[in-house]
Amino acid sequence: MRNPLSERIVDIPFSGIRKFFDIAAEMQDVISLGVGEPDFDTPWHIRDEGIYSLEQGRTAYTSNAGLKELKIEIAKYLERRFQVSYGYDTELMITVGGSEAIDMAMRAMLDPGDEVLIPQPSYVSYVPCAILANGTPVIINLKEENEFRLTAQELKEAITSKTKLLVLPFPNNPTGAIMEKKDLEAIAEIVMEYDLYVISDEIYAELTYQQDHVSIASLPGMRERTVLINGFSKAYSMTGWRLGYACAPKVILEQMLKIHQYAIMCAPSTSQYAAVEAVKNGDEDVSGMREEYNGRRRYLMHRFTEMNLSCFEPFGAFYAFPCIREFGMSSDEFATRMLQEEKVVVVPGTAFGDCGEGFLRISYAYSLEKLEEALNRMEGFITKLRQ
Amino acid sequence: MMEMREKILTFIEKNSRVDLKQLAIMLGMEETAVANELAAMEEEHIICGYHTLIDWEKTSMEKVNALIEVRVTPQRGRGFDSVAERVYNYPEVNAVYLISGGYDLLVTLEGKTLREVAQFVSDKLSTLDSVLSTKTNFILKKYKDHGTVIAKPKEDERMLVSL
Repeated sequence: MRNPLSERIVDIPFSGIRKFFDIAAEMQDVISLGVGEPDFDTPWHIRDEGIYSLEQGRTAYTSNAGLKELKIEIAKYLERRFQVSYGYDTELMITVGGSEAIDMAMRAMLDPGDEVLIPQPSYVSYVPCAILANGTPVIINLKEENEFRLTAQELKEAITSKTKLLVLPFPNNPTGAIMEKKDLEAIAEIVMEYDLYVISDEIYAELTYQQDHVSIASLPGMRERTVLINGFSKAYSMTGWRLGYACAPKVILEQMLKIHQYAIMCAPSTSQYAAVEAVKNGDEDVSGMREEYNGRRRYLMHRFTEMNLSCFEPFGAFYAFPCIREFGMSSDEFATRMLQEEKVVVVPGTAFGDCGEGFLRISYAYSLEKLEEALNRMEGFITKLRQ
Repeated sequence: MMEMREKILTFIEKNSRVDLKQLAIMLGMEETAVANELAAMEEEHIICGYHTLIDWEKTSMEKVNALIEVRVTPQRGRGFDSVAERVYNYPEVNAVYLISGGYDLLVTLEGKTLREVAQFVSDKLSTLDSVLSTKTNFILKKYKDHGTVIAKPKEDERMLVSL
């Protein structure tokens, strides 16, 4: 029999957490700090709109780009929150989560040989999506000493004559790093100088704790070079609804939409009706959840300080990225042992790129009680290791 | 200052048992500042008490709860206050609200038995001079109380690990 598989696909590695999931799933009394989604339920008024749309029998396809009303509301929201303006009819499309938008953007923009700069540690889908789009991923290793921000120097050093695209994953999963306006201005300068494009994955834009998020698309000259990606999962606690969106100049967006039309058709209509309610009337829910996360974040950082565990202060998303080099173990080894000995699940930093070695991703999307119990166990583990 | 108070109140309204140190950490404030504010708000009676939300149905204690709609004649110069005071002074009365609409006072009551509640209404409440009429509604089941769903505690159904 012939090999049924594509070599290019087989060469892409599986994600690095399956092992932890398999071990943890077999254990009793496991406490997890390994989840990459909010712990809140979707606010009821949003769920209610989804249910209502079903009751009304609104179960047909929507237009490929998404419900007009939703696109109009998103355009207003982006203007109101991040001072970026997009035409709802030609520059904005609704996708199946931010993930689809990443895939569509890469496929629409890359030709074989084009290099895509991907700062790491970062979310796991950028590299495979670049490969699937025939591009060549080029990793930029971010540094803890820069609080895992991307510097203009690092960007410049990675650029070659083949570089076309830069992925900007901030606020960042897994590090919790943010990029402030001045950081983005330095990046924008280089992007324009070298005639690059940017995919700005801003899915955690609503979850920043020091100052409001700044979108690179809001900087002068950057709108026409940027595909802005955002969605409902993190801000409104709507991960399972699978709903995101992409904004870009028409020339890029219409090609993304073409692929979306053939591959996806349209995002789920129930989710779209619910999302209209979210983006119209959800600002208070978002700020309430942000306050909650912020309290847990402060508590987490305080505990790390008490444990004498080195960790830069994260100001975005709901992750912290402590350093565990002092224990002389790899991230994988540390995470595996902590799971086996203390039944606490965390994700090794290496799941998000080789430069995540020596770090762990700790999620604080958990109730305070759970967080406290998990951190007590972690403290016990660390104390044992130091003896 | 106001913002600080609001933050403290918003937090402890849902979780009054949090210890002072942890509260201060979570709010990003100094422990002594939080302690001072709490004391001041207790003094000013902004914080009126720290209670426990109990689902008595899960215990062997018998409790009967009733909501009583009361129509009253307001008194000259004192409005509804004096009759409200006469009602709320009974220890079995849990709450007394002045209500707009079809009646005047909403009284919530807790007794051990149906008979006890009935007796309170007929012997004590109805016999007050200014009380015109009462309508007693017994609570059959509490689904949600003080913003907390009692009927069905929430469980974390997320996967253990996701990226």
